[in-house]
Amino acid sequence: MPPLWMYLVVAAALFSIGTFGVLARRNGIAVLMSVELMLNAVNINLVAFWRFTAPMEVNGFAFAAFVFVIAAAEAAVGLAIIISIYRTRRSVIPEEADALRG
Amino acid sequence: MPTATEFNFLESIASIAPVVGLTVMAVVILLLDAYLGAQHRRGIAYVASFGTAAVAFTPFIWPPVEQTVFWGGTIVYDGVTQIFQVMVCLAGAIACLMAIDDRGTRNRGEYHLIVVISTLGACLLVAANDLIMIFIALETVSIPLYILASFQRKSERSAESGLKYFLFGSFASAILLFGFSLLFGFSGQTNIALIAEALVRGDIVGDTLPPVVIALTMVLVGFGFKVSVVPFHFWTPDVYEGAPTPVTAFVSVASKAASFALLLRFLVVVFPQSLVLQGQEMQAIWVNLVAIAAVLSMIIGNVLALRQSNLKRLLAYSSIAQAGYALVGVAALQSGDPTYGVSSTAFYLFMYTFSNLLIFAGIVLFTEATGSEEIRDLAGLQRRSPMLALAMTISLLSLAGIPPAAGFFGKFFLFQAAVNSNLTGLAMIGVLTSIVALYYYLIVVKVMWVDPGQDEDKPIAIGAPYGWALAISSVVVLFLGVIPSQIIDWARAGAEAIQIALRTGLL
Repeated sequence: MPPLWMYLVVAAALFSIGTFGVLARRNGIAVLMSVELMLNAVNINLVAFWRFTAPMEVNGFAFAAFVFVIAAAEAAVGLAIIISIYRTRRSVIPEEADALRG
Repeated sequence: MPTATEFNFLESIASIAPVVGLTVMAVVILLLDAYLGAQHRRGIAYVASFGTAAVAFTPFIWPPVEQTVFWGGTIVYDGVTQIFQVMVCLAGAIACLMAIDDRGTRNRGEYHLIVVISTLGACLLVAANDLIMIFIALETVSIPLYILASFQRKSERSAESGLKYFLFGSFASAILLFGFSLLFGFSGQTNIALIAEALVRGDIVGDTLPPVVIALTMVLVGFGFKVSVVPFHFWTPDVYEGAPTPVTAFVSVASKAASFALLLRFLVVVFPQSLVLQGQEMQAIWVNLVAIAAVLSMIIGNVLALRQSNLKRLLAYSSIAQAGYALVGVAALQSGDPTYGVSSTAFYLFMYTFSNLLIFAGIVLFTEATGSEEIRDLAGLQRRSPMLALAMTISLLSLAGIPPAAGFFGKFFLFQAAVNSNLTGLAMIGVLTSIVALYYYLIVVKVMWVDPGQDEDKPIAIGAPYGWALAISSVVVLFLGVIPSQIIDWARAGAEAIQIALRTGLL
């Protein structure tokens, strides 16, 4: 099995790509996808740490399962909000939504 | 240690009584809303409001006992949990009252359901003692708030507010969670007290500093977004301005108070004074980071508030500055004895919650009567509705920190705590920036009482629910300003419980 640090490097890379996506992409759906990447990085971290440091306990595994569930709930609400803004503006780019200053 | 005590069902249930109560309420409101139909919406609002207010009394019926950790170490129920649970439940109750006649929220019964669920999350958050529980509770607070911010689906401003809140909020959660995953990895534990023990013993990371600092920074960045402190504040003005006013009121108090409660407990327990890595005290690192964020928030929040003409936007910048003041109390935890820092922050948030609810209830009434949120349109308010002008003035005086309103003692206790823990510079900056803040709060007071308005002959009627909301909040704000000892003693007792638990290893 590959050593722990390899998993951590993959997770850190995914997290960085996700952060870059949130900061650089303008499309609301692309930002949402980037956030999902970051959450997946978290899950890789959790499961890898669980396997290598505390495989006898169930807490890391349970944590990862909860992250899945809550990420799904978040995505559901987020997509609903994006659809509702698309209906009024025909655009999903937050910067173009400028009814509010700033 | 969670395993050392036997499972006592009655005490365990009592420790989560507010959460149980709010869950039952959520189901009841859902059924009422589904079966009663449109003509009973006001009744549902009253049920939600009085129910949530009743839940606020459960922490008095079952006060904290000697054992503070329940449910396998995931829930901690002590004096600090108690005071914050009362705070967020009352905030939820007043937010339900405020929504009854607001044009953005009055036509939809599910508003109350979502507020109750968010309050439930906040009650759980202030009691959370485990990384998994913290994360679940934080999302139970936040996800309903994203829905509430975009509640007026037809309105561009509300939808935009919801989108921005959602994108920044979920980004912040992801950063926070990455920090949590690192902390889990460095200790192999999810219970925050056990994490601290493992870090102090150096089980996995040994004596290396950088990884722990990275985890700490990510957690602080995540919380920084949630409580909107500079440099993570930029979503706040847009979200506060665009969301329906009752929602703005709830977002600005409940999620903020609950996040602060958690931040206090998290920093005290996970990074205690005894945690020294490579000769560097972890506590000194986070106190410095928190102090920098506090200074930036106090200065930038207050200065940017000076040039606002929209009342809700003004209050958004004001709330950034207020979060900065509350962070002064968090930084004051460095003295080693958390009593002063925790109790002054709890008192400050108590007074901030009611002052903010008071002014937002006033804004709802004013906006319903005039359709405007501009400060200049408040002119002549004292002749249109003297009671409304009086209530809003009490709130502004409290936010500015002028006696006899509660804000004076709030700031007094905070700066006292800062001086006690050798942060005199921070207290000085706090005093100086609150003089700047005085200017923009008093401008609003002046417009209400002195400036002549065009519609002075059109009085603004105060409906019964708003009368209640304004009266209760005003009484609390004045009571705290005249007799602060009740609440501050309560908060100190709670903080001492944390201190004792830390020393004896009960957590």
